[in-house]
Amino acid sequence: MKKQVSRRTILRGAVAGGAVGMGLPLLDCFLNENGTALAQGGGPIPVRFGTWFWGCGMNPARWAPPTEGLGYELSVELQALDRTLDSGGKIRDHVSVFSGFDVKLDGNPNYPHGSGPASNLTGLFAPADGDFGAPSIDVLIAREIGGFTRFRSLQLSATGNRNHTYSRESATIRNASEISPMEVYTRIFGPDFADPAAGEFVPNPRWTLRQSVLSAVKEDRDKLMSRVGTHDQQRLDQYFTSVRQLEQMLDVLLSGPPDLPSCRRADDPGPDILEGEVFQNDLDSVNQRHRALADLLTFALACDQTRVFNMIFSSGISELTVPGLNTSHHQLTHDESIDTELGYQPKATQFVLASMEAWADFVERLASVPEGDGTMLDNCLVFANSDLSYAKPHDVRGLPTMIAGSAGGRITPGIHIKGNTDPVTRVGLTVQQAMGLPIDAWGENSLQTSLPVSEILV
Amino acid sequence: MTHNQRGRCIAALLAVVAVACAGSDTSGGAPATEGGPVALRRLTSQQYTQSIHDVLGNDIVVPSRIEPDARLEGLLGVGASFVSVTPSGFEKYEAAATAIAEQALGSELRGANLSCEPSSASGADDSCAREFIATIGRRLFRRTLAEDEIARRVAIAASSATELGDFYAGLEMALTSLLVSPNFLFRVEEIEPDPADGSRLRLTSTSVATRLSYLIWNSTPDDELLDAAESGALLNTGNLAAQAARLLDSPKAEAGIRAFFSDLLTFRRIDEGLVRKSPTEFPAFTLTLAGDAKEQTLRTIVDHLVTNELDLRELYTTRSTFLTPSLGSVYAVPFGGGGWGPYEFAEDGPRAGLLSHVSLMSITAHPGRSSATLRGKFVREVLLCQDIPDPPANVDFSIVENTGGELRTARERLGEHVTNDACAGCHQLMDPIGLAFENFDAIGAYRTQENGVDIDASGNLDGQSYDDAIGMGQALRDHESLGPCMTRNLYRYAVGRNPVSGEQALLTFLDDRFAASGYRWGSLIDALVVSDGFLTASGQREAEEVAQ
Repeated sequence: MKKQVSRRTILRGAVAGGAVGMGLPLLDCFLNENGTALAQGGGPIPVRFGTWFWGCGMNPARWAPPTEGLGYELSVELQALDRTLDSGGKIRDHVSVFSGFDVKLDGNPNYPHGSGPASNLTGLFAPADGDFGAPSIDVLIAREIGGFTRFRSLQLSATGNRNHTYSRESATIRNASEISPMEVYTRIFGPDFADPAAGEFVPNPRWTLRQSVLSAVKEDRDKLMSRVGTHDQQRLDQYFTSVRQLEQMLDVLLSGPPDLPSCRRADDPGPDILEGEVFQNDLDSVNQRHRALADLLTFALACDQTRVFNMIFSSGISELTVPGLNTSHHQLTHDESIDTELGYQPKATQFVLASMEAWADFVERLASVPEGDGTMLDNCLVFANSDLSYAKPHDVRGLPTMIAGSAGGRITPGIHIKGNTDPVTRVGLTVQQAMGLPIDAWGENSLQTSLPVSEILV
Repeated sequence: MTHNQRGRCIAALLAVVAVACAGSDTSGGAPATEGGPVALRRLTSQQYTQSIHDVLGNDIVVPSRIEPDARLEGLLGVGASFVSVTPSGFEKYEAAATAIAEQALGSELRGANLSCEPSSASGADDSCAREFIATIGRRLFRRTLAEDEIARRVAIAASSATELGDFYAGLEMALTSLLVSPNFLFRVEEIEPDPADGSRLRLTSTSVATRLSYLIWNSTPDDELLDAAESGALLNTGNLAAQAARLLDSPKAEAGIRAFFSDLLTFRRIDEGLVRKSPTEFPAFTLTLAGDAKEQTLRTIVDHLVTNELDLRELYTTRSTFLTPSLGSVYAVPFGGGGWGPYEFAEDGPRAGLLSHVSLMSITAHPGRSSATLRGKFVREVLLCQDIPDPPANVDFSIVENTGGELRTARERLGEHVTNDACAGCHQLMDPIGLAFENFDAIGAYRTQENGVDIDASGNLDGQSYDDAIGMGQALRDHESLGPCMTRNLYRYAVGRNPVSGEQALLTFLDDRFAASGYRWGSLIDALVVSDGFLTASGQREAEEVAQ
């Protein structure tokens, strides 16, 4: 297994320009004697990484907090962070805000809704609309820390569309999202879940047999590889990496139930709530799905079933709507005139406020789980981001990002940092360093940076 | 930027027209051609399901939402040549394989799937397991399995049967290992030197059989086709044409033509519940209605092209279709009965052709209102194969899209596109076409006014003027790019990639054959499957320099 991880590390190091440097200190400290790397009882509480995405940005002047630093004053569009947490303090105290950090284009096309995420999540310019130039940041981090758990990562979307994802294995290979709470429940807490409350652990004999099935598939590898071209060899490499991932999952299952104090089987969410037979996009339906998915995710994290996740509240071309409106959030950002008295688009802006409320819901849910001396939020780093700043002209300058949680004490939360047109990659670099990735520079051309946001790094 | 954008649009249009008009020599045979590169083609979700049903029985419930298909260059069939399998995707393939194997070898279906009786139901039986693995494996891998491929699975069946004390449960594990193998999930297209001309590469006969079968049936080859492939008989053009004719005559061919048109017309969006309408404005538009609308169009296509063998171009003018009562109410026509039935739109009515169907009018509209731009873009890109560049990022749409303002109709609002130089270049290609369909709202229901103002649906398609959607359909039927574009799309679907430059003469030849037959679908398939483009390749696709 060590060999496999280092192979991936070499690959990544070889292509990501500044992202070189080997060594696997984070990896080794979590490995147990068998090399199966489980955070079982007595081990450190795992640190998790996640992203949280909302579509169509915000109104920069109304969103950016008026003051900087710790204990920043909340802006009108961030009032949702004013909520008091049961565990103490306000959400604001656990969320850092980054305003005024730019996606640089250097003359490259600004693909509407595509260039922002591509650069923010890879440090590279978008090579084509919808494509990324490299694996996304969550995949880089999952390759480092995701191998210890049953699921390398979980992709969740409240939008009802599995193709809504910003997680990329490579330039063109996308990690699809889960959209159904019922299916997520079955996948994580179905028959394969080893419930710590279920008494004596008896491994399912089929788990070992499934491993032998996968071994047979791997033995088909060499012959097939020799019959295809280099393009297909890359695709098959990805396929066999996925096979190994499932083998690893079976290893984890065989090693017994998770031994974490907060772990218990989630409640069955029941059948999906469908209005008119489809996943609707009215705010109420989306919020219900988002809360249900966040709930299941929290249980999964508490049981160390995964350490990496991506949650999408709304997609870049946000389809959010409310009853009585014959259009959507995204359409409104372009179509709605600016109210001359208010100075903004009131209908479109209601969805900015709703998105920030959903973000607050998400952070609050993580903070509701006690862990160690604090809460699960303290052991997470959640990187919230959008595709645009001001959506009307598809502006990617001042791309809004936030970080919630303390990453197990590796970062200081609750700070507002003004970017002053610095590249947004400074935030992404900071995130990767906080998660233990051995890189000291990230990005290309004007997106290139070796300056993390040191104010938040402990 | 402005000038550039406009220039790009005009250049794109001219290039396509030039291609459409180039060379029309119908006298000779097919031009010698070297096909483009081959690549692995991951089964689409429909192909996966269809293959399982054909190999293991139609009663098998195939899990949905495994790994989503990817649309590239407008086709899932092209995207399939680029996708791989992600970790979560493989996890789902394995879960699906387990569920399928349990059904296939469960007490109800094992009799149909297993020709031998195990010596004991509670333990291993290598010879019976081997028979099953070799027979079913050949249909799944679309070729005879190598001895080591079989032996590995026989060993799994034996050890699993012993461990679980159940022959069938053991064999399920072996079947699972076939179903998650890349040899099943990907269609492997292999090439070899052509013995008649060592400088040329051709597809192996089993690879040709697989191309043929997935093109015509959207499913795996049957034993007869595999026999013809593995005996080498399929390398003979006469035998290949005979096999193609046999496949086309089979009832399974309907699934094939449905799959192609579903892909081309983006009907997957309906399957996935992604064509959504504002529930308050369009309460009639449920997922069931959307499914019916898709079915209406597919039934119309099959009836027109296969059952009646009519001219493809008349799909855009035909008044013959099929309805259900709930569709009848959206069309506001009297249609009784309990289910599907044939229907003829009235001669003096506003509807004719596929573009007047609820399916396509809904797909090319917003949730709450119609979109002349999306409809025009669909006609240009999908039906005429003309590229429309994306709009520049920094555009103020608020005048064009403000339906509550002074500009009451789409025509008035879209007038802004044409008077605004940054927009005009491209929008003149789309909006006039789309405005022809303004009598159809966001779900395709007929209307004569928008915001109290009469709708003017007249216009002009590349020189042929019309008064309304009926006339637009006629202009489309007569458009010189319509036939070549369909040929090109079917070709891309068949070979899983865009044509390479050396294939243009072949495309022209195929279109000439198509035209000479009066645009009969079977003639196009017949000509395509024996062409060099279908049977040869330049090599294997090589990797681009991309970050891994």
